[in-house]
Amino acid sequence: MLLAILSITLLGCLFGLGLGWAAGKFKVESDPVVDQINDVLPQTQCGQCNFPGCRPYAEAIASGEAQINQCPPGGESGIQALADLLGIEPLPLNPENGEEKPKTVAVIDEAVCIGCTLCIQACPVDAILGATRQMHTVIEAECTGCDLCLPPCPVDCIEMVAEHRTQGQWTWPNPGGERSSGSPIEQPAGAS
Amino acid sequence: MQTSPMDQARRVGEQLHHFHGGLRLRHNKKISCEIPVTKTPLAIRYYVPLLQLRGQEAEAAVSVGQKVLKGDPLGRFRHHGSDYMHAPTSGIVSAIALHPNSHPSGEEGRCVVIKPDGLDQWTNLEPIESWEQADPALLRQKIQSSGIVGLGGAVFPTGYKVREASERGIHTLILNGSECEPYISCDEMLMREQPASIILGARILQKAVGATRTVIAIEDQMGAVNTALSEAIRQSGINDIDIVKVTTIYPEGGEKQLVKVLTGLEIPSGKRPTDLGLLCQNVATATAVARAVTEGKPLVERIVTVTGNGIRKPRNLLAPIGTPISNLVDQCGGYAPGAARLILGGPMMGYALSSDSNPVIKAANCILVLSEEDIRPPQPEMPCIRCGECARVCPSVLLPQQLNWSIRNSMWDETAELGLSDCIECGCCDFVCPSHIPLVEWFRFGKSELQMLAEERGKADSAKMRFEAREARLVRLKQERKQRIAEKKQALGNSSDKQKNIAAAIERVRSRKGGDA
Repeated sequence: MLLAILSITLLGCLFGLGLGWAAGKFKVESDPVVDQINDVLPQTQCGQCNFPGCRPYAEAIASGEAQINQCPPGGESGIQALADLLGIEPLPLNPENGEEKPKTVAVIDEAVCIGCTLCIQACPVDAILGATRQMHTVIEAECTGCDLCLPPCPVDCIEMVAEHRTQGQWTWPNPGGERSSGSPIEQPAGAS
Repeated sequence: MQTSPMDQARRVGEQLHHFHGGLRLRHNKKISCEIPVTKTPLAIRYYVPLLQLRGQEAEAAVSVGQKVLKGDPLGRFRHHGSDYMHAPTSGIVSAIALHPNSHPSGEEGRCVVIKPDGLDQWTNLEPIESWEQADPALLRQKIQSSGIVGLGGAVFPTGYKVREASERGIHTLILNGSECEPYISCDEMLMREQPASIILGARILQKAVGATRTVIAIEDQMGAVNTALSEAIRQSGINDIDIVKVTTIYPEGGEKQLVKVLTGLEIPSGKRPTDLGLLCQNVATATAVARAVTEGKPLVERIVTVTGNGIRKPRNLLAPIGTPISNLVDQCGGYAPGAARLILGGPMMGYALSSDSNPVIKAANCILVLSEEDIRPPQPEMPCIRCGECARVCPSVLLPQQLNWSIRNSMWDETAELGLSDCIECGCCDFVCPSHIPLVEWFRFGKSELQMLAEERGKADSAKMRFEAREARLVRLKQERKQRIAEKKQALGNSSDKQKNIAAAIERVRSRKGGDA
């Protein structure tokens, strides 16, 4: 009896030490949940969630400080993805954070720009190029459409425009949706 | 006995195999094969689209009002600087404007509009003299700068394909003459009428990629083609070109299907025939290569089959790229009564055009006009009954009913896993579906969605990286500034030194002021 209790206790201590050592040895630097949440977020870095970027918001969700419905660019599908990931019920998008809008990109009216660099400092992804008293321009491919460059501009020369899709990037329409003019198989022929 | 795939690939055409599924379809090719290929008369205007079906729009290399000669570059790509579109005739650039451009979207695209001067005068041509002795890299360069693309309908740039092929090491060139889609006969007519040009193109391509052998695959029904090609091979006196007759089962002309038939090997998902040391090219592409190298002429025209029950006199026409389709229809006697639908490409893989003002593009192997009787009455779509017919006929060995399910429910990870990217949109599943589900429409939509998702993911990853890099930089700058301030403070030294320094500075200013006064 005593032998059994002693041996089990000893084994318990040994495993405990082993686990303690392993926890230190194989320590994961960042929280994997934060990384996973961050991967789901759209990386617009717009701050509409009241956190300074997508990663801080991911950290807040992981620690329970924030709800999953504070990201307007992610929209309903983003909320659904977060709910699936965390195993919780999806919530409707919080209107205080903004509403879901089609994706836009910033365009600088280069004739009006005075070269103050304020927008460059505001851009969270370094997508604006320029220098003091030189014309600034937006790298369209890198712009996330976060709107953060709009408020600091002293001459209001930045405009958000709908993302431009060329004909080469054209995509086939949803056959289940309304048969728009984009569904060529149903188009009438020009035969006369 | 175990042989490696590479060895098996070397024995192309020695033994024929079967690919999975496929359909035996009514051919309907004869109606357009009775008259020899004829040239189209000069059009009033040519509309050369700067975007050919897919990819990126080329930049216009000409300006409005400029005079161009036949073969002058009209559009080029900035990033690789190669000429892409060439003038189909000599004349004046009358506009660079939006015009219907034979795109499946039905939207207009930028076209270079040429007003012909009637002379049809070639520009200064630079053929490669004695190509047998030429550097293969020079041949590849010539193919690229001549704007040659795969003329089977996929319009993949041939210059890119041969460059990649030469880097991978190619042993056998496969010329694809197995034109499997019903109604289309442009390759058949080409092989009958210009066999010597195809053989010449094969030899040049062989040299350009370092292949030692060529196999020309034709359908077993093409008797006249076999005779013509065999005669041309005999006359050229070379022995490394073979003709292989493959069984006519749609879609045996698909690249992966043809390789399977000729070698018994399946090309894995995401791989290409070049991975087996094989290069597939359409026979019309080979003639374009021959013309580019030996005559210096870029790709400015192609053979187009104009056919269908909605056309009075179906035939094949040699049409410059940019010719309005209405011109071709007029030359074929116009529309027959009851013409109902205009299709670019064949009945299985083609797409409808909204008007015949669309121009001939490099991908236009066929202009098909169907009559009202041809078009199946639109039957109501019924739910899938899981009969499995679609899986039985799928030449890519996919499960169309599963794909249909996952696409309709936006299950994109499952869709990708089921191998949607391997779908060749041949339409076999559509054809046999007893519930009339427009499967290919769904698959095209699904492919578009997957592509958009991948694009979005790529952009998000890039934004994440840039955001994190910026955060790191801001932290670093803050620290550097702190450090600088600390260093400056230290440079000023201790408090007594500081007092002395300040006194000295005040003295300096005072003396300067006194000097001024």
